[in-house]
Amino acid sequence: MIDLLRKAIQIFLARPIAKFVIGMDVIGRDNLPTEGPVIVAANHNSHIDTLILLSLFSTKVLHNVRQVGAADHFLKTRMMSWISINIIGMIPIHRKKAGQGEDLLADSRAALEAGRILVVFPEGTRGEAEEMAGFKTGVARLAKDFPDIPVVPIYIQGAGRVLPRGSKLLVPFNCTAVVGEPINWASHSDNDRHIFMENLKVTIQELSTEASPLRWD
Amino acid sequence: MNWLTNIPFVLKLGYGGVFLLLVIGTILSIILPKVKPGKWDDLVPRMKSWWVMCGLVLAALLSGWKAVVILFAFISYLALKEYMTLAPTRKQDRGVVLFGYLLIPLTYALVWINNYMIFLIFIPVYAFFAMAIMMALTKRTDGFLTTSGIVNFGLLTCVYNVAYAAFLMRTPAAELPAAGPAGLVFFLILVTQFNDMSQYMFGKVFGRRKISPNISPNKTWGGAIGGFVATGILFVWLAPYFTPLTFWPSVFIGATLPIMGFFGDITMSAIKRDLGVKDASLLIPGHGGVLDRIDSLIFTAPWYFHMLAYFALERF
Repeated sequence: MIDLLRKAIQIFLARPIAKFVIGMDVIGRDNLPTEGPVIVAANHNSHIDTLILLSLFSTKVLHNVRQVGAADHFLKTRMMSWISINIIGMIPIHRKKAGQGEDLLADSRAALEAGRILVVFPEGTRGEAEEMAGFKTGVARLAKDFPDIPVVPIYIQGAGRVLPRGSKLLVPFNCTAVVGEPINWASHSDNDRHIFMENLKVTIQELSTEASPLRWD
Repeated sequence: MNWLTNIPFVLKLGYGGVFLLLVIGTILSIILPKVKPGKWDDLVPRMKSWWVMCGLVLAALLSGWKAVVILFAFISYLALKEYMTLAPTRKQDRGVVLFGYLLIPLTYALVWINNYMIFLIFIPVYAFFAMAIMMALTKRTDGFLTTSGIVNFGLLTCVYNVAYAAFLMRTPAAELPAAGPAGLVFFLILVTQFNDMSQYMFGKVFGRRKISPNISPNKTWGGAIGGFVATGILFVWLAPYFTPLTFWPSVFIGATLPIMGFFGDITMSAIKRDLGVKDASLLIPGHGGVLDRIDSLIFTAPWYFHMLAYFALERF
């Protein structure tokens, strides 16, 4: 029942909003994964990144997509946490508990083991509009545990202009998503988490050159 | 099937003709890539998009003026969004841009309530004031003039000019031949698209000397003149069926309308060059963005409207 509700909301609400209220140009659509387990890593500027990523995947694989989101943000109220987990398909991560010896990535690992398409924002936070912050190493930890699964890089442009952090005013602009070729731990890490994340970040930055220039200052 | 019999005969012919062209195009889009692989590959998505676009316009024209107003309001919105996405704006201008979108329902509401006088001045005068005031309130002064010019250009082209096409639907049927207001709009779109296509085809056959290599490298004198003549003849031939124009006014409009379409096309090309993009978006597979598709219409719609108003229509 909830699955059906989620599917209905994603197809009849999320997608039309992403397509017509915001507007999506997708470059490199062929690189989008159609089956898991796979990690999708995207830059993060806005809450609508979640919507954008939901709209990218075909309806056939949508049920298999899970997005990692901050528990301290999305589990604030019972209503929000129900929507986040059941409708968006969010896997909450307790980022405030980092470094306390708890395994924060357990749910993400389980999702990958279950063959999910796991969407992660390696910056860990939305940051300044249309600027990329440093990458945390969570993706590398996951990739190390599953050295052969692909990590698909996606560059999202324009989301920070539509709904920047701290703003409640959604202003429609077209956004661009550039989907790159997948990388993986085995061939892109030298067995070092930081090198892997650096490779991932450079890959996403290179993808940004394929989008139309964004003039906004 | 009452609604079907109520469609004027000329429009049945027109819609049928469009349908026939779509069928022929679709057959070609299946055959040609097999004959010459590689050269015609984008014909299939192009034709699919044509089906959707023609389907939307015809469905709106068949449903009456309300549907046409809503369709053109939506087209204005998509076009303005493409324009605002590519045009340079400042971080403080998000509210101004949002206000620009809100002017779309207001503009089309004036079409809805059939208030021509306020429609005429709403965007060029009062939206212009409102934008300037809002931008002054953002308190940022650097780039003020540039941004206000950019925003107003977008509103005039994507909203004001496009809305003229919808306002044609408010012409009293008594002033028109049997085809009615829907015939006026159908004829405008037909002529504008025919102009684009015939310029392209004449260009392929007779195109030698380029008109403006640094703006639009595909535009040639051969293509443009061939297209103007063909479109002009089509206009004068069909004008008696779709418009109340007498012969000489139809010759005048037939001669000038294709030139306006051409200028609309190269003006939008110049803007895209300036912004460093080839297409305004990827919304319509095989065509680019809405702005790429309606670039000629942005110039032909007001010209067609004003010329009709001057020569033939009492209402305006």
